[in-house]
Amino acid sequence: MSNIPSNLMYLESHEWARTEADGTVTVGITDHAQKALGDLVFVEVPEVGRTLAKGAQAAVVESVKAASDVYSPISGEVVAHNAALQGSPELVNQDPYGEGWLFRIKPSDPAELEQLLDADAYGKIVAEES
Amino acid sequence: MPFIPHTEADIRAMLATIGVSSIEELFDEIPATLRTRELTGIPEALNEMQISRLMHVRAQQDGTPLNFVGAGAYEHHVPAAIWEIVTRGEFYSAYTPYQAEASQGTLQLLYEYQTMMTRLTGMDVANASLYDGASALAEAALMAVRANRRSTSARILVPASVHPIYREVAATITGGQNLTLEVLAYDRQRGTFSPQSLDSFTGEDITAVVVQQPNFFGLFEEVDAITDWAHANGALVIAVVNPLSLAILKPPGEWGTKGVDIVVGEGQPLGVPLSSGGPYFGFMATRKEHVRQMPGRIVGRTVDLDGKPGFTLTLQAREQHIRRSKATSNICTNQGLLVAAATIYLSLLGSRGLERVAAACQRQTSTLVRALTRIPGVELVFDGPRFHEAVLRLDRPVAPLLSALAERGIVGGYDLARHYPELGHALLVCATETRTDEDIELYASTLAQLLGR
Amino acid sequence: MQEPLIFHHSRPGRSAAAQYPADAVADVPEHLRRKRPAGLPEVSELQAVRHFTRLSQLNFSIDTHFYPLGSCTMKYNPRACNRLAMLPGFLGRHPLAPESLSQGFLACMFELQEMLKEVTGMKGVSLTPMAGAQGEFAGVAMIRAYHRARGDHARNEIIVPDAAHGTNPATATMCGCKVIEVPSLANGDIDLEALQRVLGPNTAGIMLTNPSTLGVFERRIVEVARLVHEAGGLLYYDGANLNAILGKVRPGDMGFDVVHINLHKTFSTPHGGGGPGAGVVGVGERLLPYLPVPIVGRDDDGRYRWLDERDLPHTIGRLSAFMGNAGVLLRAYVYMRMLGRDGMQRVAEFATLNANYLLARLRAEGFDPAYPERRASHEFIITLKRQAKELGVTAMDFAKRLLDFGFHAPTTYFPLLVPECLLIEPTETETKQELDAFIAAMVAILREAEQDAAKVKGAPYTLPVRRLDDVRAAKQLDVAYTEAESGA
Repeated sequence: MSNIPSNLMYLESHEWARTEADGTVTVGITDHAQKALGDLVFVEVPEVGRTLAKGAQAAVVESVKAASDVYSPISGEVVAHNAALQGSPELVNQDPYGEGWLFRIKPSDPAELEQLLDADAYGKIVAEES
Repeated sequence: MPFIPHTEADIRAMLATIGVSSIEELFDEIPATLRTRELTGIPEALNEMQISRLMHVRAQQDGTPLNFVGAGAYEHHVPAAIWEIVTRGEFYSAYTPYQAEASQGTLQLLYEYQTMMTRLTGMDVANASLYDGASALAEAALMAVRANRRSTSARILVPASVHPIYREVAATITGGQNLTLEVLAYDRQRGTFSPQSLDSFTGEDITAVVVQQPNFFGLFEEVDAITDWAHANGALVIAVVNPLSLAILKPPGEWGTKGVDIVVGEGQPLGVPLSSGGPYFGFMATRKEHVRQMPGRIVGRTVDLDGKPGFTLTLQAREQHIRRSKATSNICTNQGLLVAAATIYLSLLGSRGLERVAAACQRQTSTLVRALTRIPGVELVFDGPRFHEAVLRLDRPVAPLLSALAERGIVGGYDLARHYPELGHALLVCATETRTDEDIELYASTLAQLLGR
Repeated sequence: MQEPLIFHHSRPGRSAAAQYPADAVADVPEHLRRKRPAGLPEVSELQAVRHFTRLSQLNFSIDTHFYPLGSCTMKYNPRACNRLAMLPGFLGRHPLAPESLSQGFLACMFELQEMLKEVTGMKGVSLTPMAGAQGEFAGVAMIRAYHRARGDHARNEIIVPDAAHGTNPATATMCGCKVIEVPSLANGDIDLEALQRVLGPNTAGIMLTNPSTLGVFERRIVEVARLVHEAGGLLYYDGANLNAILGKVRPGDMGFDVVHINLHKTFSTPHGGGGPGAGVVGVGERLLPYLPVPIVGRDDDGRYRWLDERDLPHTIGRLSAFMGNAGVLLRAYVYMRMLGRDGMQRVAEFATLNANYLLARLRAEGFDPAYPERRASHEFIITLKRQAKELGVTAMDFAKRLLDFGFHAPTTYFPLLVPECLLIEPTETETKQELDAFIAAMVAILREAEQDAAKVKGAPYTLPVRRLDDVRAAKQLDVAYTEAESGA
C-alpha cells in the first residue's frame, strides 16, 4: 500500500502539493509514483525564476526503465528547487514527501489550489490503477 | 524450400497441434478481398550457384577502376583481419544488445569504441554510432537546439565550406522543426571560412556554429578563432571531422580556449570499404554536461550481482522506446557492425599507425596535385596545407572529361559544377595512401592526353 | 569467462606493423597539430584478432542460438547474401563513381526497387533510408509535403495506436507533428470509435503496423483506411511486421499510402549487433513526387541512372551522404532472388505456422496468451501477470532464466500495455525440434518458479556476467575508460 498523507493536495498525474506558512507551494511526486517508476537515476527540476502555468511540464523524473514528466499543479513562479536531487535522485524514492521534494512555487492564483484532489479522491485513483 | 526446414511430417504434426487442417486456415482473419493472388513481378527462385553466377557477372561489369575521388568516402587499406572477424556469426547475426548478459561481446566492444572515439576527438563521451556523417550533422544540429538553453533562436550558422550534401541532408532532417541553417560564404581566395565573417552576427542569438575540419576542399579552417567567437557569443560549436585526420590534427576538444561542444563525422575511413556508399557509420561525441541531450545508444560499465564488471546499455530514458514522442531522436537501429570494424581498425593501427596513414595520404595528395598541375590547362585553386582533397581548375567543362577518364578505367574526381559553380570548371580530386606514384602518373598521363597536351 | 579491455593488452611500442606505411611525415601548421598521441591501443595483430574473437564468443546470435525476439524477425541470414554483396566490384565501388562504371550495381538496385514495389503493392520505391526509423521519417515527411503542396497547412497531427513502436511517436515529433494516441480494444483491434473521435481537419495521417505489435491482424483495416481517407488523412504502414503477411496481403491493397520495410527483418539482412539496417520506403500514386533521392531509374535504351533533385523537384530531399546502406540492399537483393516468387509467400506461411504452433503448445502447458481468442500472426504475446502475482516471478526473470537454457529471450515489456509480457517471434527458419526444445525450457522454468522462485529470480548463472546493475550504470556514468581510474 502506498502512503497518501491526508494533509496534502494531489493531481491525477501523481504530483502532490503542500502550502507552506509563507504562502508558497511545495511540489513533489507521490509515494505511489516513485514506486511505479522504481529507482530514480535522474531528476530534472525547473530553474528558479521560471514562470509555470498550471498543468505545464515542470520537471522530469527518470528511472532506468521509464521517464515521466512532472506537471505543475498551479500557476506561478518557481522560487526554489531541490538542488540535492542532482547528486542524489534516490531521495525521491526514500522520502517522496520530505527530502525528495522537487520545487517550490509562488502561486499567482491561490484559488487554483482548490481544484486539486484531496487524499481520499487521490487514494481512489491509486486503488483503481493497481 | 529455400531456408525453410519443415518436413511434411513436421507440418502435419504442427497443424494437428494447432487444430487446423491447412496453413491457409491460419490466415482466416485477413479479409478475403484483400488477399494477394500471385506475385507475378517476382522472378522464379535462383539457387545459390545461379545467383552467385549472376552477382559475379554484375560485380565484374563495374570493374575495378582507379579511384581519385573522395568527397566524403575514402579508399583506404582495410586490414584482412577486420572483416574476417566482423562477419563471424556472433557479431554479424546478433541483435541490438537488449539482453546485456547475452551480449557482453558487442557491449564491451562498443565501450572500447566509445573510449577510442573520446580519445581521438578529445571529448568526454561518445555514442555507439549514428547512420552516417551527413545524418549525424543533422542530429547534432537538433541536439544543439536542445542543449543550448541560453538560446531561443534555433539559428545555426553553417559555412559553405562544409560538405554540400551534408548541408542538404541536415536541411531535410531538421526541416520539420523550426530550425534555421544559415549558410555563410567561404573566402574565395583561400577556400576556407573566414572567422571575421562571424563579426556581423556578434550580439545576435545564435544557437550553434558548424565547422568542418578539414573542410570539403581538404583545407584547414581556423578552428580556434571560430570556436572562441561562438563561445563568446553564447553559441555552441559543432565540429565535423574526418576521424583519420585526428591522428595528426588537434582534436576538437582542444579547439580554442574551451574546446567544442559536439563532434560528429563519417566513420568510414576507419576500416570500412567504399561499398557503393554504405553501410558506413556516423559518430558523435560531446561534453559530459550534454550527454542527456545526445541521441543514440550509449554503453556503460557497471557491475553484476556478484560485483563483477560488465557492460550494459545506459541512459535509455533518452530514447524512443521509453520517451516515445519526447525522445532525443527516433533513432533505434544504428550501424553496430561498422563500429565493430572501426574498433578493430583502430586497435590494429594504434596511434602511430593512424598517424602514418594520415601522413601518407597527405603526401600522396601532394604528389597528385604536383603531377596534375604540371599539365598545361590544369591549375590548383587553393594553396596551403591540406588533407585528402584538392580543388583543381581545368580549361574546359569537367563532366565530359570525367566520362572520358571513366572509359579508361579512372574515376577522376568530383565535379564541383553543381554545388560550387563560382569556381568555374572545378574538380575535387583525392589520393589516399592506397594510390601509388605509378597510379598517379597514369592518371596524369591519361589526363594530359585527353586534354591534348 | 571474461576478457580484459583491449587497453589492458596494450604495451608501449607494440604494433601491428604490417598494416600501415613505414614512413610519412605530416604537414600541418603548428597551431593545428595534435600535440599528444591519441592513446589508442598498442597491440600486435594476433592480440587484436584474439581479443575480438573472444569478445564475439560472449554473444548470443542467430548463428549460435534460437533468438525469438518479438518484433525483430531474427531469421537465418543466408551466408550467400554476405559473400556476394562483398564481391570486389561492389565493395570497391566509390559511391560517386560514374554511371558508366556502375551498371551492374545499378541493375541490382533497380530490380530490388521493382521487387519491393510488387510485394508492397506500391507505385514507387526509394532505397535510401538507412534504418526503419529513417524510413518512418521519410514517410511522415512525405505526408507533410503532400498536405503542404495542397495548401492544407493545418494538418499536423499524426495518429498512433497506443501499442505502437516508440519510433512512431518519436518520428512524428521529429517531423514537427503532434502525436495523438488511440487505444486498442481488448481483442487487440484498434478502437474505431476512438479513432473517429480524433480524426478531423488537423489529421495528417495515421501510422499503423499490421499485424499490430500485439501480434494480431487488424481485421477492420479497410474500414480504418476509409475513415482516415475520408477525413483527408493518409495511411502510413510500419513494415516492422511485414514478415507475417509477405505474399499474402499487400499494404497497398489494404489502403496504405506509404510504407517502410525493414530489410534487416523481412529480407534477412543481418542485424550486426545493432545495425546496419535499411528502411526503404514505398509510396502510392499520391506521394510519388516526394520520394527521397536518389532513386535508380532506367532509360529507354536500358541504361540505368540515378534520379535526383532534377528529376524529382518536389522530393523531400536527401537522407544520407550518398545513397543509403548499399551493402545491405545488395544482401536483400540476393535473398529475394533466392526466395523467388513462391518462396516469398512461404515466408509468411511458415512464420505463421511456427508462431501458432508455439502458441498452441505453450497455452496447453499453462501459459496465458494475451489475446486468447485470436490467431497469432508471425508472433504472439504471453502474459505472465498471473505468475508474477502468484509466484513473484516476472517476465524479466523468465527472460533471464531462458538465457541459462541456451535460448535468447523474447522481447520483454513491449508492448507497454500488456503487463508482464513476452513477445515471441520464432520466424520461419526454425525447425520443429528447436521450437519443442524452447517449449521444454519454458515449462522447466515454470516448474522451477513454482518450486524455487528465488532460483529463477537470480538468473542467469551460466553467462559471462550475472544480472547487471542498471541503476548504477545510469547514476555513476562510466562510458569511456580512463587508465587513471582502473589500476588494472
